Amino acid sequence: MSYFQQMKEKAIKLREKEEIYILALESSCDETSAAVVKNGREVKSNIIASQIETHQIYGGVVPEIASRKHVEAVNEVIRRALEEADITKDRLDAIAVTYGPGLVGALLVGVSVAKGLAFGLSVPLIGVHHIEGHISANYIQHSGLEPPFVCLIVSGGHTQIIHVSDYGRYELFGQTMDDAAGEAFDKVARVLGLGYPGGPAVERTATQGNPNAVSFPRVKLKDKPYDFSFSGLKTAVINYLHNLEQKGESYSTADVAASFQQAVIDVLVEKTINCARMLNQKRIAMAGGVAANSSLKKHMEEEAAKFDIQLYYPSPVLCTDNAAMIASAGYYRLLQGKVSPLSLNAVPYLSLTGDRE
Amino acid sequence: MLTWLSHSEEQTYRLGKRIGENIKPGDIILLFGELGSGKTVLSRGIAHGVGVIGMVTSPTFTLMNTYVGRIPVYHFDIYRLSEPEELYDLDYEDYFFGSGVSIVEWPERLGFLLPEEYLKITIFRLYDENSRKIVVEPMGNRFAALEEVLMDYEGTGN
Repeated sequence: MSYFQQMKEKAIKLREKEEIYILALESSCDETSAAVVKNGREVKSNIIASQIETHQIYGGVVPEIASRKHVEAVNEVIRRALEEADITKDRLDAIAVTYGPGLVGALLVGVSVAKGLAFGLSVPLIGVHHIEGHISANYIQHSGLEPPFVCLIVSGGHTQIIHVSDYGRYELFGQTMDDAAGEAFDKVARVLGLGYPGGPAVERTATQGNPNAVSFPRVKLKDKPYDFSFSGLKTAVINYLHNLEQKGESYSTADVAASFQQAVIDVLVEKTINCARMLNQKRIAMAGGVAANSSLKKHMEEEAAKFDIQLYYPSPVLCTDNAAMIASAGYYRLLQGKVSPLSLNAVPYLSLTGDRE
Repeated sequence: MLTWLSHSEEQTYRLGKRIGENIKPGDIILLFGELGSGKTVLSRGIAHGVGVIGMVTSPTFTLMNTYVGRIPVYHFDIYRLSEPEELYDLDYEDYFFGSGVSIVEWPERLGFLLPEEYLKITIFRLYDENSRKIVVEPMGNRFAALEEVLMDYEGTGN
């Protein structure tokens, strides 16, 4: 019997086990992370080695450097995750790993190590979609949260409204037509000279500014009520700065940052709430790096309350790329018998819902 | 060298579409222009001209997006590369010298890997915030036919 067949049977048997420990790895972008999570919700350890300082020099993630740093960090991160969880490898029930989307060289580090561990320990290997991980971060934060709910995913590479109808079942309702929300933050930070990563930099600067100082566009797309477009907003900010520079007038960086941020938030909030109302959903979750933005949380919460909708979001550490969320997603995949073969490969452009993306 | 004035995203898109309709397998398009000048809009036009159906989004985060039309379209944003050698990790040769069309944003980063023949497109921002000057320069002989077609194109109102 092949490893894959044996592991499928093992996964079925695991459903009866009371305590399931999963070691997960995440290396899709610029964080190397390993975590041990019990029963999909209880984090025993969540070690994150960030490369942000390295990439700050370049104003963004440099793929080749990212891969190399993952290789350097991965063993130590795993060792610390096991140590902090106070668990030995032989007690692990499965290995979960992000296999896409992301930078292929970076993903391959996690996938290769996970395959070796799973085969060596003779436990199931579970390939997890990065975005499914972000959504699952909410299961860790909110022990009572279960599908169905509407989830807004906002990060450097993704902006999507997804209906989570059940564990592992996703319907895509909206996505960006051009730039991701986090990407717009990064690019506006670049023109404002605020550095990388752009999200926290813009948010910090925006706290000193007036969000109504400049009226930037809130893009509405004809016949696409839940889709986003942030490219025009980015251009509007650049135009605004150019115009003032040409006239030799000065501007308040804080006001521009605050007004830009407000324009992003307004469309994210409006479209997500509209989608939830259309689906008659009383629960909205947020996920991804931009979901850590305090102003977004505040505005979403206020607007959701008007319609008696409960808002969920993970703590900032669970909004960043981390392995605990991958372990949580892996747990529910394991329970559904979705075990990966050892031929699992990194898929840089992996789709979550199988359509449109 | 061919020059157009574009007064809207729509015009930039339409010029891209005309270019895409006349592009050949193995063509490389290098797209110069600052942030917010309309590189992704022009790229979307080119991709749709090649016959790609659906969305063409920014490749900034992933570094490269792949689409399939009449021929494959490889849409790069290499702003974040620090060394041209990093293109080897993206298997760029398979794309540049393959059977599709490669569109590269921020080609300044190509350095010594600049191909011998390519279509150079530069987008200049003008004083009027919606207007752009778009300059198309074929580098090498392979674009003679395309140049002929584009010479007759007045679609952007120039």
